[in-house]
Amino acid sequence: MHPGSTRLGGTALTLAYDRRVIAENLTVAVPDQSFTVIIGPNACGKSTLLRALSRMLRPSAGAVLLDGRDIHDRSARSVARTLGLLPQSSIAPDGISVAELVARGRYPHQGLLRQWSREDERVVQESMAATGVDDLADRLVDELSGGQRQRVWLAMALAQQTPLLLLDEPTTYLDIAHQIEILDLCARLHEEQGRTLVAVLHDLNHAARYATHLIAMRDGRVVAAGDPATVVTADLVHEVFGLPCRVIDDPETGTPLVVPAARRRATEPA
Amino acid sequence: MSVLRTPGGLSVRFRPRALAVGAGAALLAAGLGLVAVGSGDYPMGPADVLRTLTGGGTPAEQFIVTELRLPRLVTALLVGAALALAGTIFQSLVRNPLGSPDILGFTQGASTGALVVVVLGGGSLALAGAAVVGGLATGLVIYALAWRRGVHGYRLILVGIGVAAILTGVNGYLLTRAPLMDAARAVLWLTGSLDGRGWANAGPLLAVTAVLAPLVLFGCAPALRMMELGDDTASALGVPVRRLRLVLLASAVLLVSFAAAAAGPVSFVALVAPHVARRLTRAPGPNLLPSMAVGAALLVGADLLAQRAFAGHQLPVGVVTGVIGGGYLVWLLAVERRAGRL
Repeated sequence: MHPGSTRLGGTALTLAYDRRVIAENLTVAVPDQSFTVIIGPNACGKSTLLRALSRMLRPSAGAVLLDGRDIHDRSARSVARTLGLLPQSSIAPDGISVAELVARGRYPHQGLLRQWSREDERVVQESMAATGVDDLADRLVDELSGGQRQRVWLAMALAQQTPLLLLDEPTTYLDIAHQIEILDLCARLHEEQGRTLVAVLHDLNHAARYATHLIAMRDGRVVAAGDPATVVTADLVHEVFGLPCRVIDDPETGTPLVVPAARRRATEPA
Repeated sequence: MSVLRTPGGLSVRFRPRALAVGAGAALLAAGLGLVAVGSGDYPMGPADVLRTLTGGGTPAEQFIVTELRLPRLVTALLVGAALALAGTIFQSLVRNPLGSPDILGFTQGASTGALVVVVLGGGSLALAGAAVVGGLATGLVIYALAWRRGVHGYRLILVGIGVAAILTGVNGYLLTRAPLMDAARAVLWLTGSLDGRGWANAGPLLAVTAVLAPLVLFGCAPALRMMELGDDTASALGVPVRRLRLVLLASAVLLVSFAAAAAGPVSFVALVAPHVARRLTRAPGPNLLPSMAVGAALLVGADLLAQRAFAGHQLPVGVVTGVIGGGYLVWLLAVERRAGRL
C-alpha cells in the first residue's frame, strides 16, 4: 500500500439532477487498496457521489479523476476495464443461467471477433468460485434466493476484473445473515485480491467493522473521513445522523460499535 | 453455447439452437417463396421457377417471375424481416413484450402521413414518401416527449400509446375527408397489402435494410444484450447507454417507416415474430437474426395464404397477419396462464 496515493477521487464537485443540486464543492479521495465505506443519512448524496465516481452522472462542476484523467475524457468501455460498479438494482433477463449472467461481466474485454477467449472462461470460473456460486452455474437466476442472487451479481462484477469496484448498498433487501455473508465476502476480496472497494452502506456498525477508510456525509458535504476507529464517535454520529448514542468497543472486533440511546432506560447504569 | 476459436486468438460464440432456428426459418421462407412465385393464374412448378430465376425459361415466364411475382416476394421478405427486427429492438429497449411499433404509435404515424397524401391527392411514390416522413416525425415527437435524462421504457410506452390514440383519431378524421374512391384505396393501404408491389416498392426498403441490419446485428447486438441488465449495469459494463439507445430507436423507426411505405402498416408481425423466435430458440436476450428469419417466413406465408386461401378472392396480407398474429397472441397468453407464468 502506498499511503496517500489515490487512483480515484473527485475535486470541487457540484452534483445535480437537472436543477436540483445534491452536493456542492465536494472533494473526496479513495485511498488505493482501501475498503472505503460511505455512510450518511438518507438523501445525503452518498449514492449520487457513487454515481459520479462511476461515470454515470456528469458533475455540473469539478471533475472526477481516474488515474489522473477526467473520467469523462475516457470512453465508457475503457473506464469499465478499470472501474466496476454493482448498482442497487439490476435486472436478470428471463431464463438466464448463473454462468451466462456472470459471463456478461466480460463484456468490456470482448470484441466482435473476440467473443469468448479462454481467458474469459477462466475468469468467469474464478469469479464464481470466489463468490461460492460455482455449484449454481447451470441454475436459472430467477430460481435463486436473494442472498444467492446478490452473490451472482457480485461474481459478475468480479468477472469484469477491475482493480476498483464500487458497490451501491450491496446488502439492501438481505436478511442479517446474508448481509454479513456479503460483507465478509467483500472483506475477503479486498484482502486476498488487493482490490480497492468503495461501498455505500446504511448500517453504521457494519461500516465501522468492515471499512478501512470511512467517509461520513451529510447534506452533500463530507463531515469526516478517515480510519473508522478515530472517525466514529458519539459526537460524529449525533452530527451526521442526529442520533444520541454511545460508542463502545465491538466485543468481536474491537472496532467502534454504535449503541443508540434508549428513549427510556430500563435500569439506571450503576 | 458453443465457441469457435482460431489459433490467432479470435473467438466466436453462438448458440447452435438459435442458429438452427434462424436457418430453418430462412429455409421455410425460401420454400414458401418458391411456392408463392410458382402459384397464380399461370402456375409453375418449383423446378420451373428455379430455372427461370437462374436465367432460363421462356420470355413470358421471365416476365411473370422477375417482373410480377418476384418483386412481391422480395417486398414480403424484406417487410417481414424489417418489422421483426424493429419489433425485437423495441421490445428489448423498453423491456416489455408489448413494446411493438403498432402499440408505440410509429405505425399510426406512418399511416397519417400516407392518408394526408390520399386526401390531398398524390401517386403511390408520394404516398410511400409520406409514410416514411410520418413514421419518422412520430418517432421524433415520441422521443422528445419521453425524453427526461434519457428515454426510459415505461415512459416511452405510455407516451407512445397516447400518441397512437391521437393519431388513430386523426387518421379516422382524414378518412372521412377523403373522396370515396380514395378512401377505399386508403383502407386497403391501411390494412397492409402486397398487391401489385414492384421493384420500386422493394428498392428503398432493400437499401435501408441493407444498411441498418448489419449495423444493428454486428454493431449493437452485444451492447443491446447488456442493456437488458438495466441501464446502470449496462453503463457499468461500458455500454454508452444513451447513444446506443438513440441509434437503436432511430434504426427501428426507420425500418418500420420504410416497411410501412412498402406494404402499408402490416399488423402484428413486429409483435409476434420476436416471441416466436424466443420460444423456438429458448435463448434469453434479443434473438435478432432468428427473429428476422421468422418475420420473413411469417409474412411470406401469410401473403401466400392471403392470395390463395379463397379461390378467386384475394385478401390484403394485413388481414391474415392480424388474424394469425392476434390468434397466436391469445393462445400464447392462455398457455402461459395455464403454466402459471402469467
